[in-house]
Amino acid sequence: MRPEDYRKREEAVGEWRLGIITYRLGEEYVCEVDNVSPGARLARAKGRTREAAETQALGKARHLLSKTRVRPVG
Amino acid sequence: MASYAHPELLVETAWVEKHGNDPRVRVVEVDVDTAAYDEGHVEGALGWNWTTQLCDTVQRDIIPKAAFERLMGQSGISPETTVVLYGDNNNWFAAWALWQMKIYGHKDVRLMNGGRKKWLAEGRALTKEAPKVPPTTYRAFDPDLSIRAFLPDVQKALGGGLGLVDVRSPDEFSGKILAPPGLPETCQRGGHIPGAKSIPWGQACNEDGTFKSADDLKKLYEGKGITPDKPVIAYCRIGERSSHSWFVLKYLLGYKDVKNYDGSWTEWGNLVRAPVERGA
Repeated sequence: MRPEDYRKREEAVGEWRLGIITYRLGEEYVCEVDNVSPGARLARAKGRTREAAETQALGKARHLLSKTRVRPVG
Repeated sequence: MASYAHPELLVETAWVEKHGNDPRVRVVEVDVDTAAYDEGHVEGALGWNWTTQLCDTVQRDIIPKAAFERLMGQSGISPETTVVLYGDNNNWFAAWALWQMKIYGHKDVRLMNGGRKKWLAEGRALTKEAPKVPPTTYRAFDPDLSIRAFLPDVQKALGGGLGLVDVRSPDEFSGKILAPPGLPETCQRGGHIPGAKSIPWGQACNEDGTFKSADDLKKLYEGKGITPDKPVIAYCRIGERSSHSWFVLKYLLGYKDVKNYDGSWTEWGNLVRAPVERGA
């Protein structure tokens, strides 16, 4: 099997940027979400459609980002 | 245009596609997301789990020598095998595995340039089938600790004369956040080791995940005062991102004395009375 229909984009969630990669693998779409800076994988999900995979992965990523505490600097 | 100091430590995706089933070559995937391998991997590739197979699971340490020998043996790797490592997050934990293989003296270990991300983007074939490999008996060398920094090495570096590279994101470096956004905090304090230069690991990569040219890398590090005439220590949060930068400095730029401080900010940021700098 080969990954097909590979797409990559970025989206802002609050002050954070997310990198979103989606591709089709066989019968399913896979969505991987990272936090751009530093580029750590936050979530991965599968779905029957691109939208379903993205909705699920982004939901997980948003939940994780909501726990990030920002501290004053300087 | 300059070339990499050790280009033999890098292979391209096309090379891996051609040699994945070569009996002299063992391809291994090492991901941050330890379930990614099962979803589909390069044909002929084994998968190693960094949380259980590339560390001591009792005390905080790298994999012990006996466990390393068992892992190599189970993976059908002999001292003569060419091992090619790749993984997600632009090879973070693939570089971590390579660093440990070098500690235990494996001669021919390489990274697949661009990692899993590039393989997927190029639409190359994946399989869910794990290969069956004939086991070997592997004898490792005693650990080469010249490429590993411990806390006292870093404490000594505070006196100067050494390049200290913080490869985390600017927000982690400044102390604005204690961990990459969305990941669990593993330290008590934010900021960086005094005197460290902020050179995030990703600045060494192109958009497709491959490494930048030797000229660009030289400009990047030397521009921040990290020069080959001084010993260098790289650190991040737990040591995997800094393995990636260690690889760049050691093998792509050819710096003679580069160490990875795997204790990293998880150690330093929890130390009582350790000096910390905050801000950019």
